[in-house]
Amino acid sequence: MPPSQEFVDTSPKVSDEIKYTTCYMCACRCGIKVHLRDGQLRYIEGNPDHPVNKGVLCAKGSAGIMQHLSPARLSAPLKRVGPRGSGEFVEISWEEALQLATERLSAIRATDPRKLAFFTGRDQSQSLTSYWAAQFGTPNHAAHGGFCSVNMAAAGLYTIGGSFWEFGEPDWEHTRYFMMFGVAEDHDSNPIKMGLGRLKTRENTKYVSVNPVRTGYSAIADEWIGIRPGTDGLFVLALVHELLRTHKIDLDFLLRYTNAAWLVRDEPGHAEDGLFLRDVQGHPLAWDRNSETAQSALSPVPSLSRSPALSGEYELSDGRRGRPAFDLLARRYLAEEYAPNAVAERTGITADTMRRIAAELAHAAFEQQIELDIAWTDWTGRKHNKMIGRPVAMHAMRGISAHSNGFHTCRAIHLLQMLLGSIDCPGGFRYKAPFPRPCPPGPKPSGKPADVKPNRPMPGPPLGFVSGPEDLLIEDDGTPCRIDKGFSWEFPLAAHGLMHMVIHNAWAADPYPIDTLFLYMANMAWNSSMNSAGTIRMLTDKDPATGEYKIPNIIYSDAYASEMVSYADLVLPDTTYLERWDCISLLDRPISSAHGPGDSIRQPVLQPDRDVRPFQEVLIDLGARLGLPAFVKDNGSPRYPGGYTDYMVNHQRLPGIGPLAGWRGVDGDQQGRGEPNPRQLEKYIANGCFWKHDLPANQLYFKHANRDYLNYAHSQGWIPSAQPIIMQLYSEPMQRFRLAAQGHGKLLPPEHLKSRIAEYFDPLPIWYQPLEESATDDQDFPLHAITQRPAAMYHSWGSQNAWLRQIHGFNCLYLHRDLAAELGLVDEDWAFIESHHGQIKAQIRTMTGCQKNTVWTWNAIGKRRGAWNLDPAAAEGEKGFLLNHLISELLPQKNGGRGDRMSNSDPVTGQAAWFDLRVKIRKAEAGEEQSEPQFEPLKAVAGLRSRPGILRFGEKFLPRNSWRRKDKA
Amino acid sequence: MHPAYSVILFTSASGAGYGLLIWLALSWLGLVSAPQPWIAFWMAIFALVLITTGLLASTFHLGHPERAWRAFSQWRSSWLSREGVLAVLTYPVALVLTVVWVWDGIPPILTTVNAALLCLLCLLTVLATGMIYASLKTIPRWSNAFVVPVYLLFALASGGLLYLLALALSGTLTMVALVLAVLLLSWLVKWRYWRFIDTQKSASNSGTATGLGHLGSVRQLDAPHTSENYLLQEMGYVVARKHSRKLRRMALLLGFVVPFTALILTYAVAGHTSTLLILIAVISGFAGVLIERWLFFAEARHAVTLFYGRSL
Amino acid sequence: MTSLPKTTQKKLGLVTDLDICVGCHACAVSCKEWNAGGHSSPLTDLNPYEKDPMGVWFNRVHVYETDDGENTRTVNFPRSCLHCEEPACVTVCPTGASYKREEDGIVLINADTCIGCKLCSWACPYGAREYDSDDGVMKKCTLCIDRIYNENLLESERQPACVTACPVGARHFGDLGDPDSDISKLSVSRGGYDLMPESGMKPVNQYLPPRPRKNLPGSTGVKQQVQNPAQQENKASSANGFFAWLDKTLSSGTAG
Ligand SMILES: Nc1nc2c(c(=O)[nH]1)N[C@H]1C(S)=C(S)[C@@H](COP(=O)(O)OP(=O)(O)OC[C@H]3O[C@@H](n4cnc5c(=O)[nH]c(N)nc54)[C@H](O)[C@@H]3O)O[C@H]1N2
Ligand SMILES: Nc1nc2c(c(=O)[nH]1)N[C@H]1C(S)=C(S)[C@@H](COP(=O)(O)OP(=O)(O)OC[C@H]3O[C@@H](n4cnc5c(=O)[nH]c(N)nc54)[C@H](O)[C@@H]3O)O[C@H]1N2
Ligand code: SF4
Ligand code: SF4
Ligand code: SF4
Ligand code: SF4
Ligand code: SF4
Ligand SMILES: [Mo]
Repeated sequence: MPPSQEFVDTSPKVSDEIKYTTCYMCACRCGIKVHLRDGQLRYIEGNPDHPVNKGVLCAKGSAGIMQHLSPARLSAPLKRVGPRGSGEFVEISWEEALQLATERLSAIRATDPRKLAFFTGRDQSQSLTSYWAAQFGTPNHAAHGGFCSVNMAAAGLYTIGGSFWEFGEPDWEHTRYFMMFGVAEDHDSNPIKMGLGRLKTRENTKYVSVNPVRTGYSAIADEWIGIRPGTDGLFVLALVHELLRTHKIDLDFLLRYTNAAWLVRDEPGHAEDGLFLRDVQGHPLAWDRNSETAQSALSPVPSLSRSPALSGEYELSDGRRGRPAFDLLARRYLAEEYAPNAVAERTGITADTMRRIAAELAHAAFEQQIELDIAWTDWTGRKHNKMIGRPVAMHAMRGISAHSNGFHTCRAIHLLQMLLGSIDCPGGFRYKAPFPRPCPPGPKPSGKPADVKPNRPMPGPPLGFVSGPEDLLIEDDGTPCRIDKGFSWEFPLAAHGLMHMVIHNAWAADPYPIDTLFLYMANMAWNSSMNSAGTIRMLTDKDPATGEYKIPNIIYSDAYASEMVSYADLVLPDTTYLERWDCISLLDRPISSAHGPGDSIRQPVLQPDRDVRPFQEVLIDLGARLGLPAFVKDNGSPRYPGGYTDYMVNHQRLPGIGPLAGWRGVDGDQQGRGEPNPRQLEKYIANGCFWKHDLPANQLYFKHANRDYLNYAHSQGWIPSAQPIIMQLYSEPMQRFRLAAQGHGKLLPPEHLKSRIAEYFDPLPIWYQPLEESATDDQDFPLHAITQRPAAMYHSWGSQNAWLRQIHGFNCLYLHRDLAAELGLVDEDWAFIESHHGQIKAQIRTMTGCQKNTVWTWNAIGKRRGAWNLDPAAAEGEKGFLLNHLISELLPQKNGGRGDRMSNSDPVTGQAAWFDLRVKIRKAEAGEEQSEPQFEPLKAVAGLRSRPGILRFGEKFLPRNSWRRKDKA
Repeated sequence: MHPAYSVILFTSASGAGYGLLIWLALSWLGLVSAPQPWIAFWMAIFALVLITTGLLASTFHLGHPERAWRAFSQWRSSWLSREGVLAVLTYPVALVLTVVWVWDGIPPILTTVNAALLCLLCLLTVLATGMIYASLKTIPRWSNAFVVPVYLLFALASGGLLYLLALALSGTLTMVALVLAVLLLSWLVKWRYWRFIDTQKSASNSGTATGLGHLGSVRQLDAPHTSENYLLQEMGYVVARKHSRKLRRMALLLGFVVPFTALILTYAVAGHTSTLLILIAVISGFAGVLIERWLFFAEARHAVTLFYGRSL
Repeated sequence: MTSLPKTTQKKLGLVTDLDICVGCHACAVSCKEWNAGGHSSPLTDLNPYEKDPMGVWFNRVHVYETDDGENTRTVNFPRSCLHCEEPACVTVCPTGASYKREEDGIVLINADTCIGCKLCSWACPYGAREYDSDDGVMKKCTLCIDRIYNENLLESERQPACVTACPVGARHFGDLGDPDSDISKLSVSRGGYDLMPESGMKPVNQYLPPRPRKNLPGSTGVKQQVQNPAQQENKASSANGFFAWLDKTLSSGTAG
């Protein structure tokens, strides 16, 4: 080293302690290594051994330290003293808080448990929260799925027994042709990034992104297809048309793994028309072309030479007539209305492009077939010495699901995958444990009138999967049992409930009034609600007669001073994710990968320095105080005196099955099933806070029909039997509802819903114009308006983060430069954006990577002034904005043609239709440089720390004597 | 570039100071006519005051003024360091020139050598100042052949006006023509500089900066942060074209037209009036230089702004 | 001493793959996180929760759109110090605080001798130097000098924070002076290039250009040409034709 060079300490001490846990800067569940020095956070990095992120970390995860040091952290339980929204609270003790809650809730439970609506947002404790709700006895529970992406889950689970979202993944190592629909980030945040990196750096691959906007993932796509929002169904079905037309389909796959050959009764007007023809055991029938007889479709299909028919019409000995499901399917999609030329204009994709993509898919699937030398045995016992793969993988998320036609569009994508034979094969889409499950999976939702009794748990969980009208949660007169109207005639397949309707319905006492709204981790007074301004009004609206709030009591658990906190009556402050135990369970949303099941935990790496408690602890405590059977011993004492860790280790949902699957059994030598193990958590901690099981090679693919895998899955309690999972091209549950709408069966939909159900419950995928679009005039609102997740922000939580808010301090409205030119707009201009529901003002930015009729912005960047303990003058409130003010939770009057308006949701699943929004834009004449609408700045709630004017994080790790240390008092 | 007042004041004041010293030295050498000794003495003091205020001002914008001495160490590679070294070397020499006017204890031969040396040192110091800017490839509007001459000429011109003031106070106003010539020349060169930067074509653009030029025109869609940053505050300063044109005219008026006419008029008048005219020329001229310096920074564009979608 | 070393034993640097960078900012934030407590600590943030937050960052991620008149593209672009071979940021420094290491070519600033004159930041064409007004000194990417040699870290972890964090694997670290190093080979094979070569600073860091799009007929990323069915003789547009084919195939027993 030349004398002039300074001496650099290249091996400074990093930390004196390293603790492993699971990140929670988003729901992706990456493993993290937390470096602590002098008991303080020094550095957070990815855990290289962790199956989810293998050592990488995203921008949010890397900013975890600032989340933990946020001045917006709540510091004690709060009781409201001023009017709702005034932000006037007093700090109270936990004992008082828990007593207040217990008194109110036990009164409800003793009279009418439905009067408690318990809904949760971005949490990962749904197996506990829904269990708690069922124990309490209220059907009014759901997590965020209903406003998130239930269309993906439902369409997948009713069709292929697994789904996109975070429940499946592309075979990144082997796929050659990857098609992604409507994804900006997704929950598999890091896995998708890692996968795209791997895919694009392999030779002979192609990645196509179908997305109106070309940013982030779409920016690196080998081909970007800037589709018109809401029209993917048309595009995908045109691809289906092309594959059929050119005979590029995997008949083998269809025959073996789908219900293509099942005979569908074909007797229009008959009460069973469109249902499967079944034998006496109830097995669906297929037509055997050799014996010319109908035989159980579930009997193994040894070879194609003795194969069932896929087309034609057949009459059974008993006179029943039917056609193979595939016959109906082929006839429908070969029709000209599905031809590329017919849909080109609507989708904005040229017919040539569609034909080319279809040809490329076929080429990749059938001419690029890959073979892995792995022998496996299918469910019929037949041995295969190879695993043959069609290297075409697809992934889709909210660009598909957040439209009111999302359920069918997602089903269409699954149909496309099945025709190409690329599900759970090498190079295709792959299931993650515990999937695949029978489609639809059990159990059915509880909450029928008979299921709900004072002081009684419900017989089952509030959420589930219906397979016909008889499973609906409706009163005798057909009105909904649930406050959100899930599983009613309005939204029969609402597998995740309708969180976005709870506040509206509770306020409107429709179908009935409630007493307590109990929310957890959901910022419903702002970015998580449609019609945020209206929602705020409903939260504060009083009954003129009684002077009482229309929603009498609101209990909320948050960790930070979010907008929602100001509207609660009782605030239960949670810890940050680094201060608590959590359990990312196979009973909920585990960390499994296609390579095998896995689950993980969070452990406290730091102790809270505030009077806060982990919500799970609180919930278990409340459960015991309320005497919920599962939470008390027979003598009435708490069943889990040790709190949440006690529950994590000792709770058993089914014999031998608990929240955590790893190291079960008294001496921890069992996996998945086994006695509780008192040392279980130690084992997890020693292993970096996760457990995973790598499936043996012969179970890695074809899980839906892989005998060894099915046996294993059954032994783990994931599936009721080791029977194969038969994929449902044709969906019988859908047809059951349609038949009811046609007047068949005991349970009939109310008059005003008949046509709606008859139309939307098609057993085969269909496309229809998104509801808001069909209910508004193209002339009035010519543009689509959508949002995207920014990679470096997580919904509302990021803005309190000193580092992340420098990256996204405010948002603009992006639009295509040609559109801008037409509107006379240039960068930095301010504009009014108007929908059928309202108007906002925002600053615009022009771009080229955007579908011409689409405008978009980043989600949840705009903040209510004063919230999150930010300076009320901060850009988040002054310039930032929410599109939510334009999105109504109700459809425009016009639709349904009747007085009371339907929810702005998918008519099948009730998924919130965020992206159906239609708007018009006009330039805002020079005025104040401030976004609209603006609200009274929120008052800082009690107990918040003061905001530092200068942040010198890290200086304390400098040598004591360094002049750069200004922290030395 | 962000026009920092400390630096503007420094370059203009010290420039005038060194310029004045040069004229005084020349007059000591008898190359130009000399003011009365006491007036020359006080003028030299005044020059040192200008230089010192300039140097002090320039240390204001340092993050660590107390470490300023370290800046003398890198004269081998750094023009800033060289400027510092030269500035310091100039002091003793300048002090000698100051006292010699009123104290004849030093043998003439030495004072002659000293005066010559002072001329050289002053010229070099100003040259170093100019080179600090002229050597920055990142700022095309600085790294060109005009910058150093401008710095030198402006030093001589603004110093020259002060020198004339000295003569006028001495009651022996001569050399007006010479200073007029220098003044004229300095603004002619400045004028050419402005022409030059207005038509300057830079080899760099967002395409070469990012290397994405082969994909077509490159436009920034999103800056890394929505929040402010040092780079843009320091390097991203922009002055509206209209505004800069106005300021250029003002600089010309105050820095050239007014002093020039004032000097011309001195031929017509005599005595105190001419002294007054020169005083006007000095003040107005200095104001002009201040504006010119402000523009020198404000109009300069830095290569880093190419990454932010701007052009040079 | 700010005169540059004649040669450096190594040319440590980064290679960034613009073909796969999704612009997620992970490299920027992990850089901030590591370095806030590292060699140049702190990376001060002014007004962190107020109107105009302003912090020191060593790595910033831009988003560009290109337009050749026919096709437009979006390119994400991380920008940090390029550890140039002939960096003016070093030679202009009056104090010697700014220097290039002889052993590995890393360009550093000595925070104890920097006087905060900012001249180096004027001399850097790449905007890689950030002034910490609270500390009164210049700061910059250290190439994670306190990680890459750090014996308190596992061998596998001795990589810059931005490289370790990058989820897509777009950032690579190594010795670009050694033609046989993986990173040099990668750079050569992918046509790695200098930013603003005309700056004369000879950057060490290299950028890998975005690959051409594959949106033309046949460009499925596989060698052979995919025949466009549009040209195929339209054998089966009718359902009947399709079902005929279906029967034939099923009977022949050789499905798709
Ligand atoms: N960084 C970060 N990660 C997150 C989150 C976050 O807030 N930040 N949120 C998490 C949550 S809760 C969820 S639900 C997931 C959601 O993850 P994503 O599914 O990625 O959700 P969005 O960001 O809404 O992305 C929707 C995408 O669909 C596109 N799109 C909109 N309409 C259409 C359409 O009609 N067709 C097509 N093809 N595309 C369309 C939009 O342009 C956008 O790119 O992300 C999770 N991950
Ligand atoms: N316009 C538009 N709106 C949307 C969407 C969209 O795409 N466009 N996306 C929708 C979707 S998919 C979703 S999932 C929702 C997401 O909306 P939410 O589920 O509401 O998610 P966040 O906005 O992150 O709010 C979560 C709340 O949890 C709090 N929180 C954070 N960490 C903790 C913790 O550790 N404990 C507790 N108790 N609380 C915590 C946060 O402070 C915040 O108040 O937004 C929906 N809103
Ligand atoms: S994706 Fe990022 S924020 Fe989400 S869990 Fe992983 S590291 Fe944390
Ligand atoms: S982390 Fe990787 S992908 Fe993300 S912005 Fe940085 S280089 Fe690009
Ligand atoms: S990038 Fe800038 S700071 Fe880094 S070495 Fe090159 S010139 Fe110096
Ligand atoms: S700011 Fe510091 S490092 Fe930069 S040139 Fe000045 S003294 Fe050198
Ligand atoms: S090498 Fe280290 S300091 Fe440089 S950009 Fe990467 S993380 Fe930041
Ligand atoms: Mo979501």
